[in-house]
Amino acid sequence: MIQTIAFYLFAVIVVASAVMVISARNPVHSVLWLILAFFNAAGLMVLVGAEFIAMLLVIVYVGAVAVLFLFVVMMLDIDFAELRSGFVKNFPFGMLIALVLAVELIFGIGAWQIGGIQLGLAQGAGHMADAHSNIASLGAVLYGQYLFLFEAAGLILLVAMVGAIVLTHRERRAVRGQQNISKQVARRPDEATVMKSPESGKGIEL
Amino acid sequence: MTATFQSWGLTYDWAWFIATIIGILVIALPLMLAVAMIIYADRKIWAAMALRRGPNVVGPFGLLQSFADGLKVFLQETIIPSAANKGIFLIAPIITFTVALMAWAVIPFGPAAVLANINVGLLYILAISSLGVYGVVMSGWASNSKYPFFSAMRAAAQMISYEVSIGFILICVVLWAGTFNMNGIVLAQKGHIFGIINGFVFNPLLFPLWVMFLISSLAETARAPFDLTEAESELVAGYQTEYSSMSFALFWLGEYANVILMCTLNAVLFFGGWLPPLDIPILYDFLFTAGITAFFWLFVKIAFFFFVFSWVKATVPRYRYDQLMRLGWKVFLPLSLFFVVLISGYLMATGHFGGQIA
Amino acid sequence: MTVAQLVKSFTLWEFLKAHALTLKYFFKPKATINYPFEKNPLSPRFRGEHALRRYPNGEERCIACKLCEAICPAQAITIEAEPREDGSRRTTRYDIDMTKCIYCGFCQEACPVDAIVEGPNFEYATETHEELLYDKAKLLANGDKWERAIAANLEADAPYR
Repeated sequence: MIQTIAFYLFAVIVVASAVMVISARNPVHSVLWLILAFFNAAGLMVLVGAEFIAMLLVIVYVGAVAVLFLFVVMMLDIDFAELRSGFVKNFPFGMLIALVLAVELIFGIGAWQIGGIQLGLAQGAGHMADAHSNIASLGAVLYGQYLFLFEAAGLILLVAMVGAIVLTHRERRAVRGQQNISKQVARRPDEATVMKSPESGKGIEL
Repeated sequence: MTATFQSWGLTYDWAWFIATIIGILVIALPLMLAVAMIIYADRKIWAAMALRRGPNVVGPFGLLQSFADGLKVFLQETIIPSAANKGIFLIAPIITFTVALMAWAVIPFGPAAVLANINVGLLYILAISSLGVYGVVMSGWASNSKYPFFSAMRAAAQMISYEVSIGFILICVVLWAGTFNMNGIVLAQKGHIFGIINGFVFNPLLFPLWVMFLISSLAETARAPFDLTEAESELVAGYQTEYSSMSFALFWLGEYANVILMCTLNAVLFFGGWLPPLDIPILYDFLFTAGITAFFWLFVKIAFFFFVFSWVKATVPRYRYDQLMRLGWKVFLPLSLFFVVLISGYLMATGHFGGQIA
Repeated sequence: MTVAQLVKSFTLWEFLKAHALTLKYFFKPKATINYPFEKNPLSPRFRGEHALRRYPNGEERCIACKLCEAICPAQAITIEAEPREDGSRRTTRYDIDMTKCIYCGFCQEACPVDAIVEGPNFEYATETHEELLYDKAKLLANGDKWERAIAANLEADAPYR
């Protein structure tokens, strides 16, 4: 019973907050609703026994990606009138995307129901087929069966990261505020100062 | 506890429900008391290091100071700025507070004393602690005021930066323990060094990681010297500037609950949690029962780490923001990454995965 | 960077030294006093709350010469005077606005009969402004209350004036 209550609680909140994401007037509110949706989706994943994926969803999407979204959206100077003006123009295109997604969903669920693909069982009991924990089975799949693909994906991401840094990084020398902290810390008094005792009336040469 | 309730004739669902509620109360209420005491301890320690006396008027030795403060704050008026985003403004402190309490679900207080003994305990803590930033960001944005907003920006960047290196540090611990389960991590530290000393910290490979973790946990809880989100010389009071009364108090409570959580994590991940420091049978059971003894050891470790937190606060001046970012991204991230490689390499080479070193 | 510096920075030597220092101070005796229960000694010249004194036989000292009123730089003192039934000149009104007073001590310097003095009391905070508008009765009551301390202070300070 508790599972049922929890499922409907999470599911209703996910759907409701997803609706709020697209209907909220304020983009910051949208992002906050999105975070709520993510969080409750993670709750649903815990319910189906995929606790590792659930935690990753919260850590990666809620903890990092959504914070960056929020970061950017909060700093925007939002003109609501301009935002709404594009609605009518983009409506047909949006509907098209929605239609494509709906068709894909129906196809996917239909294929799964028929049982033509070997991803899991239609009864939703596939996850506990072996006695291993989530993490162990995932690790076995990722680092065993699909090791090459996994490493390739990692490499691609690494290249993308390096590329992003190379494209956006600008060397700015001779600008105030560029300090070399280890150099500053390594500086000792005897390197930086000298003791002199000049004769009176002579002055010193530096 | 569920079984007890079931034996009283309740169905499993209800028995589980009631047992869980009781478990939550048993953790949360003493935690609130601990927060009150720890605020008092913080002020006392900080005062003592500055040769002051600290709170000493309310109750014996000022012990009731936090409760007096709480009462005062409770009786104040909640001021909502007219330009603030009301809903978010009021939700933000509740989120901070709730999130600070949520993480305690997976903390093992003893061999069997853990509310949710889940497989992914450490990931859960990482997930919850990454939620903590939302309270700050939302309050800063909803206040509709310059300084809270700056503070929110700082908090977001700071927490994300340090979560990365904390993640790598935790991976090293997990590699050595061979499990994400918090109790499993504690048990993996039993007799870790020469079969007699409990605790990962005494392992020369993990000791530098503990130092990094301690510093990162200071940054993660936004405590001195990394309390840039509430740097009073620059940002008035940071994200709390527009808050008053109970909403302010909730921030305060949440912040200190987080501090205790980080102290507990230090104890659990590196100092053997509820294990005694030495693996000697008598040390496991010298106070009434084994459970109480286990809690006693954990409590001692948490208290010690809280002292360290206060000690650092009294000693070190506040970092500048670019120094904070440099420390996170240019020092801790490469170092922790290096240690992930080093430790997994060592474990592979010696075949000690999930075992102990002799 | 020398090897020694490298070792120092990686062992966080400076931080450890700083923490050792604070730990040392943690165990030192406190520098602050426990104020409401302990108090620091005051100089006999301390200028605190005002008081009007009496002679030992109970006669009030003030002769309404108004020197204090004249010298008061903040014009905090207001005096009205007329002869008493026995013909002696006495004040009918002697008010000090303690919120105007700057505690310069000129009034007690000006007083020829040591009537108005600034006593050693500094703990007379009130919750309202009105309570700090002292009248003659309040000042005389102060004098009666603090006479012993005031007399001792005056005697201690006498050799220097």
